[in-house]
Amino acid sequence: MFHVKHYDVIVIGGGHAGAEAAAAAARMGVSTALVTLRVETLGAMSCNPAIGGLGKGHLVREIDALDGVMGRMADRAGIQFRLLNRRKGPAVQGPRAQIDRRLYREAMRAELLATPGLEVIEGEVAGLRLVGGKVAGVVLASGVELASGRVVLTAGTFLNGVIHIGDRQMSGGRMGDSPSRVLAVQLAELALPVGRLKTGTPPRLDGRTIDWARLESQPGDEHPAVFSFLNRAPEARQISCGITHTSEATHQIVRDNLDRSAMYGGHIEGVGPRYCPSIEDKVVRFADKTSHQVFLEPEGLDDPTVYPNGLSTSLPEEVQSAYIRTIPGLEQTVILQPGYAIEYDYFDPRGLHRTLETRAVPGLYFAGQINGTTGYEEAGAQGLVAGLNAAAASCGRTPVEFSRTGSYIGVMIDDLTSRGVTEPYRMFTSRAEFRLTVRADNADRRLTPVGLQAGCVSDARRGAFEAKVEALEAGRAALDSVLIGPKALNSIGIAVSKDGGKRRAYDILSLPGAELPDLVSAFPEFAALDFDVLEQLQIDSTYDQYADRQAKEVADLRRQESQRIPSGFDYSRISGLSNEMKQKLSRAQPDSILQASRIEGVTPAALLLVLACLRKPGDRLAG
Amino acid sequence: MDTIYALATARGRSGLAVVRISGPAAFAAGLALCGSLPAPRVAGLRRLNWGGELLDEALVLGFVEGASFTGEPVVELHCHGGPAVVGAVLRALSDQPGLRLAEAGEFTRRALENGVLDLAQVEGLADLIDAETEAQRRQAVRVLSGSVGQKVDGWRRDLIRAGALLEATIDFADEDVPVDVSPEVLSLIDGLMADLGREAAGVTAAERIRDGFEVAIVGAPNAGKSTLLNQLAGREAAITSEIAGTTRDVIEVRMEIAGLPVTFLDTAGLRDTEDRLEQAGIDRALARAEAADLRLFLTDGDAIPGLEPFGDDLVVLGKADTRSGGSGLAVSGKTGAGVPELMARIGEILVERVGSAGALVRERHRVAVTTAIAALAESRAEVVRPDSRVELAAEHLRRAVRALDALVGRVDVDDLLGEIFASFCIGK
Repeated sequence: MFHVKHYDVIVIGGGHAGAEAAAAAARMGVSTALVTLRVETLGAMSCNPAIGGLGKGHLVREIDALDGVMGRMADRAGIQFRLLNRRKGPAVQGPRAQIDRRLYREAMRAELLATPGLEVIEGEVAGLRLVGGKVAGVVLASGVELASGRVVLTAGTFLNGVIHIGDRQMSGGRMGDSPSRVLAVQLAELALPVGRLKTGTPPRLDGRTIDWARLESQPGDEHPAVFSFLNRAPEARQISCGITHTSEATHQIVRDNLDRSAMYGGHIEGVGPRYCPSIEDKVVRFADKTSHQVFLEPEGLDDPTVYPNGLSTSLPEEVQSAYIRTIPGLEQTVILQPGYAIEYDYFDPRGLHRTLETRAVPGLYFAGQINGTTGYEEAGAQGLVAGLNAAAASCGRTPVEFSRTGSYIGVMIDDLTSRGVTEPYRMFTSRAEFRLTVRADNADRRLTPVGLQAGCVSDARRGAFEAKVEALEAGRAALDSVLIGPKALNSIGIAVSKDGGKRRAYDILSLPGAELPDLVSAFPEFAALDFDVLEQLQIDSTYDQYADRQAKEVADLRRQESQRIPSGFDYSRISGLSNEMKQKLSRAQPDSILQASRIEGVTPAALLLVLACLRKPGDRLAG
Repeated sequence: MDTIYALATARGRSGLAVVRISGPAAFAAGLALCGSLPAPRVAGLRRLNWGGELLDEALVLGFVEGASFTGEPVVELHCHGGPAVVGAVLRALSDQPGLRLAEAGEFTRRALENGVLDLAQVEGLADLIDAETEAQRRQAVRVLSGSVGQKVDGWRRDLIRAGALLEATIDFADEDVPVDVSPEVLSLIDGLMADLGREAAGVTAAERIRDGFEVAIVGAPNAGKSTLLNQLAGREAAITSEIAGTTRDVIEVRMEIAGLPVTFLDTAGLRDTEDRLEQAGIDRALARAEAADLRLFLTDGDAIPGLEPFGDDLVVLGKADTRSGGSGLAVSGKTGAGVPELMARIGEILVERVGSAGALVRERHRVAVTTAIAALAESRAEVVRPDSRVELAAEHLRRAVRALDALVGRVDVDDLLGEIFASFCIGK
C-alpha cells in the first residue's frame, strides 16, 4: 500500500515561472513540491543571457517587491549592468543586466533547495490526476503519485516542442532537453483552446575565436542600478560587451539561402514575435539596410561562450558558419551550438481567471510561456501570481489580484486574460497607460504592502521596507513645511518669476533646473536629508501632478474592476440582451464589468443590463 | 467625481429639449447659467445667460442628492428654443468647471450604482441608450465618408506615427532607432493642430458632410428608384443642386423637407452579380447606404440582397400604378401616388432626430476636437523643451488620441507597435 505524498501546491516545471511559483507558495507557508525534469537545469536561461530592460525591468522590480527570487539572483549573477534610458525620465528607465549563466543557475538552485517548505523532485510529470473535473494531483512517469488540490503548470516551450535548424527537425523543449509529450496529450484531451507559437535563438559562438580588439566595446554603468530593493551593488566581477555589425556579404549569404530557412521554407506554422526577428526577417524586410547591429554578450565570467544578440536564425548550420565569418571580428569564429527556431504549444490565456487558474479545470493554474508570453521576466511574474494564488486558495485565503492601474504585472495579466495573444507577448512600457505613476522606482511602495497583506513577504524585507517608507515620509513632511522664495531660487539657477510667491521645498524639486547638488549646498533643509531620500522625493514630486490628472481614469477603471461577475453567471436570463450579446458574454466569461466592457461588440446598454442584474434590490454597488 | 451633462433624450415634436446635469457641481453650474435656482422640485422660469448673451428662457428644476434620477444632485433645464439654442446651452455648460459631456448611458449607470434604478427600469431605458450609441456611431461613420473622411483617416495615421516615434525612443532606446525624432513629431503635431483648429472654427463647414440628412434609396435595378427620385425632386421642393456623385454609382439630389436640408442618394441597383465591376459599384453603394441616416427600400415584394432595414428605415412598395391593393406604403414614381405621404413620413422621422441626437452629436464632436487640440499643445510644449521629457510628451499625445477616438477610432498600443516594427528594424 503506497503512501501517496500530499502537498498543498505542486508546481510542474522548474523554469523562470516555476521557480517563482514554487518559491512564492513556500513563502506563503504552504507545503510545496516543484517537479522538474532535471534539477541541474533549474534557473537555466534558454536564450539571451540577460535580465531586465524596458518593461521587463519593471516586472523584475515588481517580482522583487513581492519578495520573489529573480531580482536577487540577477544581482548575484549580473556581470554588466546598464540602466536603459538613464537620461530620460525615471518613469521610463529600465534596469538591465547581462548574466553569467552558470552563476545564475547555481544561485537559483541553491535558493530553491534551501527554501523552507519547498521540496524539489526530479522527474517527469506524465499526467494530471483529475477527480470530478478538479485537480487531485499528478502522476510521474515513474509511477509515483503526488496528491494536491492545486497544480501550477509552467512547462515553458516543452509542450510538443519542436526544434528547427534549417530543414532538420527534432523534438525538444530546449537544445539538449527532451520535450514533454505525454502530458501534452492529456492536456490536448482537456480541449482547452490551443495555438502554436515560435521563437528563435542565435548560434552560440566561441569567444576565444573572436577578435575583440578590433571591435567597439560597451561597458556597464559606472554606478550599476541593481534589481533588488534589498541590494546596493552587484556581487560578481563586471565586464564589457562587444559590438559589431553584419555586412552586405552577410546579407547576400542569407538571401541566397532563404529557402533553406525553417521559417521561410515553410516548415514552421507558429507565429513569431515581431520584435525578435531572425536575421532572415531583417534582411528581407529591411532590404535597404546595409548593416545590422550585433551585440556580443559573454555568457559567463569563466565561459568562452558568446551570445550574438541580433542574429536569431533557423538557417542550416553550414549557412550559419558561412555568414558568421563575414562579420567584422568574427572571421575566424567557431560556432559552438547552431541557432535554431522552436515551435511549441500554448494555451489561450483568455481561458484563465486573473488568478491564472484555468476556468476549465478548478485547481489547475497556468503560468509562463505556455500562456503565450515570451521572456523570463514575463514568465517569472506570472509564476509568482499563480504560486501566490494557488497557495492562498489551498488555505482559504482571499485571492491576490493585480490591477493594470497599479502594476505592470496587472497590465500583463489583464492584457492576457482579456485580449489573448496573436504573437508571443512581451512587456513594453507603452502597454502601461499609467506608467507615470507605476514606475520601477516605486515598485516596492506599490507592491510590498500587497505582499505583506497576502503573506508572501519575509520579515527581513518588511523591516527594510518600513524603514525606507518612514524615511521618505519624514523627508516629505520636512520639505512640505519649508517655503523658499524666488530670489533664493534664481540665485542657484532655477528660473522662476521674481514676483512669484514662496514655494514649498517639495514642489521646488520638480522645477526645471532643480539640481540636487545645488539645492543641497544652498539650503540646509535639503542638506539635512539623505541623498537617496532626496532622489526619490524628487522623482515623486516630478510625477505627482500626473498622478492627480490620471486619478479619475484610475478610479473609473478600479470601480469597474471591482464590479465582479461571478463565475458561471447566466446571461441567458437577462431578457433585454440580444442573443448575440448573450453568446459573446457566455463564451468569454468576464470576471468583472471592466473585462466585459473590453469584449468586442459589447454595448454600453448591455453592460448596464448586466450591472443591473448583479445588484440585489436596495444594494449600492461597489464604486 | 465628475459632474456630467447631456440631453435627456427627448422624443417627439414638442420642441422641448431637457438638458440634465448630474453631480457635485450641478447646482453651481445651474446657478452660473440661471442666476438663481428655484427651491428643489419646484419648476421655475429662468433666463439662461452666458458670455453676455441670453441663450434661452427655460423651465428649471433642481433635485437634491438622494432625491433625483441619478441619486446625485441634479439640475434640469427644459429649453425650448430649438437645436441651435440647445447647442449654445451645451457649450455654455462645457465652460463650467468640473463638468463634462456624459457618455451614452452614463446617467443610467450612476442611477444604477446609487441604487435608484432596478433591472426592469434599466431594461426600459436600454433601447434609448442603444439608439444614442448608434447615433454616435453613425455620426462617426458619416464623418468618415467623403472628403472629410479622408482627412480623418489622415489624422489617425499622423497620430499613430507621432505616438510610434515617441514610443520607439522609449521602449527601443537600446536598439537601432533614431535618437532624435522631434523634428518629425513636431511637424506631425503642427499639422494636426492646424487641421483640428480649422475643424473647431467650423471653417470646413462647406466641405463637411451636409449639415442635414442623407436618405438613401435602395432597391433592385428596375424598382423605379430614379423615377421616384425625379418625382420627389419635382414635388413642392426646392432643389438646391443635382450633383453627380464621386462615383457613377451614387447620384445625389439635395432638397428641403419639413425645413431640413436632405440629400437623397440614388444608389446603384442592388442585385447578385458575377460582374466584378458591377459588384464593386454595388459594394460602394451599399457602403453609402449604410452610412446614410435613413434608407428607403423600394421593393416589388422581394428582399433586397446585401442590406436589411434597420431602425426607422422605410420599406415601400414601388410601381403602385401597376398594382392593386397591398398593405403598407406604396408609391408610384410615375403617377406620384403615395409620394406626399412618403415625404411627410420622412419629414417626421428626421425632425424627431434633429430634436435630440443632432445638437448633442455636434457638441460631442466640438468637445473632442478642442480637448485634442489642448492636449496636442501640451505635448508640443514638452517636445520643444531643452530638457524634454519624452514620457510626458507621450502621455499628452495619448490624451489627444483618446479625445478623438469617436472620430479616428480606438488607437491601441498594438497600432503603435505595428507602426514601430514596420518602420524600424528592431530585434535584439
